[in-house]
Amino acid sequence: MSFEVPEDRNYLESHEWVAVNDGTGKIGITDFAQDELGDVVFVELPSEGDELEQEGNLGVVESIKAVSDLYSPVSGTVTAVNDELENTPELVNDDPFGDGWMLEVELDDESELDDLLSADEYREQIE
Amino acid sequence: MPLRKPPLRDRHDERGATFTEFGGWDMPVEFDSIKQEHESVRHSVGIFDVSHMGEIEVSGPDAERLMQRLTTNDVTQLSPGDSQYAMITDEDGVIIDDTVVYRLSEDDDAEFLFIPNAGHDEMMHDRWKRFRSEWDMDAEIRNATDDYAMYAVQGPDAADAVNEAADESVADLSKFEAMYASVAGVRCWVARTGYTGEDGFELILPSDEAETVWDAFDCQPCGLGARDTLRTEMGYLLSGQDFDYEDDPRNPYEAKVGFTVKLDTEFVGRDALERVKEEGVEETFVGFRLVDRGVPRHGYDITSTEDTIIGTVTSGTMSPTLSEPIGLGYVPTDYADPGTVIRVMVRGQSKKAKIESTPFLKDKQ
Repeated sequence: MSFEVPEDRNYLESHEWVAVNDGTGKIGITDFAQDELGDVVFVELPSEGDELEQEGNLGVVESIKAVSDLYSPVSGTVTAVNDELENTPELVNDDPFGDGWMLEVELDDESELDDLLSADEYREQIE
Repeated sequence: MPLRKPPLRDRHDERGATFTEFGGWDMPVEFDSIKQEHESVRHSVGIFDVSHMGEIEVSGPDAERLMQRLTTNDVTQLSPGDSQYAMITDEDGVIIDDTVVYRLSEDDDAEFLFIPNAGHDEMMHDRWKRFRSEWDMDAEIRNATDDYAMYAVQGPDAADAVNEAADESVADLSKFEAMYASVAGVRCWVARTGYTGEDGFELILPSDEAETVWDAFDCQPCGLGARDTLRTEMGYLLSGQDFDYEDDPRNPYEAKVGFTVKLDTEFVGRDALERVKEEGVEETFVGFRLVDRGVPRHGYDITSTEDTIIGTVTSGTMSPTLSEPIGLGYVPTDYADPGTVIRVMVRGQSKKAKIESTPFLKDKQ
C-alpha cells in the first residue's frame, strides 16, 4: 500500500506533519498514521494561546480501536484550532493533509525544521 | 508459542486485513474499516471468520449427564438441532468460560458440540476428561477445534445471504435452532446464533473446505474490531475482558447472565450459586454512557461523584451506531440503577457518565 507524503512539509518520526508559511505552521497527522489508527472518533487538542514544545505533547487522537498521543513537530504558540474536528473527527481519515489539519502554530524558531524529516526521509521510514 | 492461524489467514492477508493476537490466534481485526464493517452488519450483512472459537464434541451413553454437570443451563431441554447459551463454572460458582451448547442431529457421530472461547479449547477438553474420570462416566470427548472453521453471517439480510448460498432453506430456523445445510456443496452446521444483536447465522464447517464456503458469500468481510463494537452495543460479555477467571473472577449473577443458571439441575458450582442467589451480589455488570467527551477503554477506573474508585471499565468504545462513547463494567449494586451518575477516569481526567440499561440499542435483543 502506498501512502501520500506531500513534499511541501516536514515530518516527525511519530507521524505528525508541519507545513510552514510565513512563520506559521499548520500541523496534522500523516496518511500513514490515520490508516494505522483506523476510524478516528475523537481528537483532543490544546487551545488557542497554549504554548507547545518541539516533540512535546500536542494532544490525543482516538480511533475506535486505539488511543494515540500526538507530538508537536515545532515549538510555538497555538493560533488556531480546527474546530471542525470536534463534530467530524473522520476528516482526519478522509483528508489528513487537508481538511483534517489540527492546529496552527506561530513558530518560536524556524531552525527547528532542520530537526525534522523531509518527505523523502519520512517515506523511507514508513516503507 | 506460535500463534494458531485460521485456515484462511493468508487469504485475509491478501485481501488487506490487519491482524491481532486473540486468545493465542492470529485473527483479522479489520478488513476495510471497523465503522464500515459495523454498519454493514447493522444495515445489511457481513461475514466474520470466527475460526478461533473452540469446538468440543461429546458423545456416548453418559454424554448428556456429563454436559449437564459441567454447564449451568439445562441440556435436557435441548432436542436435536437446539442450542443454548451456558456458563462453565468452578466449585465456587465462578465463570471459567461462557459457551453455546448444541445438541447435534440424531444421525451424527457426536451428541453434543460446545463452543469454548478462543484459546480455551484445550482447557475445556481437559476439564471434561478429568470429570468424566472422576465421575466414572462413559463418554467420548474430542477436541475438534482444528477440524472446523467457523463463520458468522450477521445482519438484517443474513437470512437471504445464507439462503442464497445454501441448498436448503434456513429461514424457518428459530433463534438458537440449527440444522445441516449444504453450502457450495459443503455440509455445514448452520445455527441461528450470533454475537452482534442482529439476525444471523453461525456456520461450522470442515476446515479443509474453509475457502469454498467463504467464497459462497459475497458480502462485507468483517474483523474482530467490528465484532467488538457490535457486541459492546448489545452489552454482551467478552471472555477474558468482561470476566476473566484469573484476573477478574465473576459469577453469573454479577455478570447478569443468571438466566443461564438452572438451579434445579446438578452442576459444578450449583450450591455456591444457590447461596449467591439467596444472598444477592455486591457488584453487578452495567452499561454506561459517557456524558463528557472522551472514549472509555478497558482498564479505566470508574469512580463515584466523590472520586472514590468503585469499579473498572471492562469494555468501552465509541459506538458507531449511536456516535456516543459507551462502556461496560462492574459497579456496586447501589450505583447500578439506570440514570445514576458515575465518573470514569479517562487518561487522568474525570469524565461524567451515566448508567444505562443494556442493550444500548433498545430495539435489539
